[in-house]
Amino acid sequence: MHTIEHQLSQEPTRRLSNLATSIIIIALLLWSVTAFNLSNLSENGLTIAKNIFKGIFNPDLSLLFSITKQGVPYLLVETMAIAFLGTIVGAILAIPLAFLSASTIVPKPIAFIVRLFLIVVRTIPAIVYGLMFVRVVGLGPFAGVLTMSLTSIGMLSKLYVDVIEDLDTSILESMESIGCTTFEKIRYGIFPQLSALFISIMIYRFDMNLRDAAILGLVGAGGIGAPLIFAMNAYKWSEVGAILIGLIVLILLVEFISNKIRTQIVRG
Amino acid sequence: MNFNVLAKRHITLQNGKVVVMKRSTTPLIILIGLILIYFSVQITGFNMEAIIKRIDQFFVILKEMMQPNFSYTTKLWQPLFDTIKMSLLGSILGAIVAVPIAFCASSNIIKNRFIVISSKFFLSLLRTLPTLIVALMATFIFGLGTMAGFIAIFLFTIAYVGKLLYEQIENADMKAYEAMHSMGLTTVQSFRYAILPQVLPNYLSTTLFCFEGNVRYASILGYVGAGGIGLLLNENLGWRNYANVGMILVMLIVTVFIIETISEHFRKKLM
Repeated sequence: MHTIEHQLSQEPTRRLSNLATSIIIIALLLWSVTAFNLSNLSENGLTIAKNIFKGIFNPDLSLLFSITKQGVPYLLVETMAIAFLGTIVGAILAIPLAFLSASTIVPKPIAFIVRLFLIVVRTIPAIVYGLMFVRVVGLGPFAGVLTMSLTSIGMLSKLYVDVIEDLDTSILESMESIGCTTFEKIRYGIFPQLSALFISIMIYRFDMNLRDAAILGLVGAGGIGAPLIFAMNAYKWSEVGAILIGLIVLILLVEFISNKIRTQIVRG
Repeated sequence: MNFNVLAKRHITLQNGKVVVMKRSTTPLIILIGLILIYFSVQITGFNMEAIIKRIDQFFVILKEMMQPNFSYTTKLWQPLFDTIKMSLLGSILGAIVAVPIAFCASSNIIKNRFIVISSKFFLSLLRTLPTLIVALMATFIFGLGTMAGFIAIFLFTIAYVGKLLYEQIENADMKAYEAMHSMGLTTVQSFRYAILPQVLPNYLSTTLFCFEGNVRYASILGYVGAGGIGLLLNENLGWRNYANVGMILVMLIVTVFIIETISEHFRKKLM
């Protein structure tokens, strides 16, 4: 017993740092608590809340299963097409940028500048790109594709870089020693190491793009977002319910499938 | 990937041994990819010509953004702080509320399958709802302003932190927990003294990471009227006042960068 008590007394006292952390967190909480105000609560807020729930649990079934261009299935396919094409274009554009920002391949200053550029690209919200592209190519899903491509680049190249910097270079050295050309070194030494992980990253990003594509309709860039917003602004909650159910089912399904494929790919 | 339907090639070696070589699935995957690309191009109306013709417009807008209007800064502080407040409050409260829900969703602590499955389903449902849509719904109920943004971020944080936390709890070392249980401590007590110390560093790190992401999200929530800097972003984009947009983006990037640096510093310490 004595030894245990002795050991216990040797534990460093963190009272001061704990106190400081608590004070900082409480101060931040108090500072931010002004964001919580119910003064704007509209008097019929509760009625609207009730209507929302009623609508979501009684979805407009004819909309949910109609196969016209206004029906939920077609809109979901359109959203998926936007996300898919955006991911592919972004994934291809991200490859050169990833190599340029890998500090093991290019000189440090260049890598730093490209990295800074990528941070800037990543921080600008997708909606801003969306609005810019709507001005460039007009309303419609095509603007959505361009937006998705641009927003994917930032995260994709960041994840690519981690893979590239982990490349096993001893393979390249041994290939050089047996007289392989540069092309052969890339094809048989680098490509097989990168392809599986790159594809896994792409599928992950597709999963994320699908969620983003769903809100791009807000700025008129195609997909399921626009009908959703229109239905909401018109207080047609049963239509909102139908669209949301379709969207949730699709996202859960895609997430499930993409997780399955990714574990398969990474395990080999 | 394993396609058993594909024929395998048999190669007979010189010593008479037969070696089976699996046919590569790469051509098949590429073919499927190309078909999907073709249909996506059809559906989205992908138009290379339009890009080439009109892409200069994009750079015109970009160039205007590159000359930010610095005199606009004075009007930006309040919305910027609103954005940070929204995400801070949402992240802290969301992370706290996530703990009991994650506790209920951990199959190794709660033995009642119904509670576990319904909590897990609740979390994935919350996670799937796009934050912007939740914010829009919240503006209908709570009116325009930071409250709606706070609700959206709060719900997203519960879903995100909750999911990662229950995965942590399910992977935790159960020996100490079982020992405490056998000594007569209640489930909550043994959770507090055996599981919590194991998952705490990761939980804090996840919360910080979530907060980083939330600041980014919060900046666009104003777009649907949920308070913060997004409101001004929306207005200025509507008025095509790109110099002001540029200024907002500069402030946003700097803020996100500072918050990310601080949070990364603490996350490295937690590891």
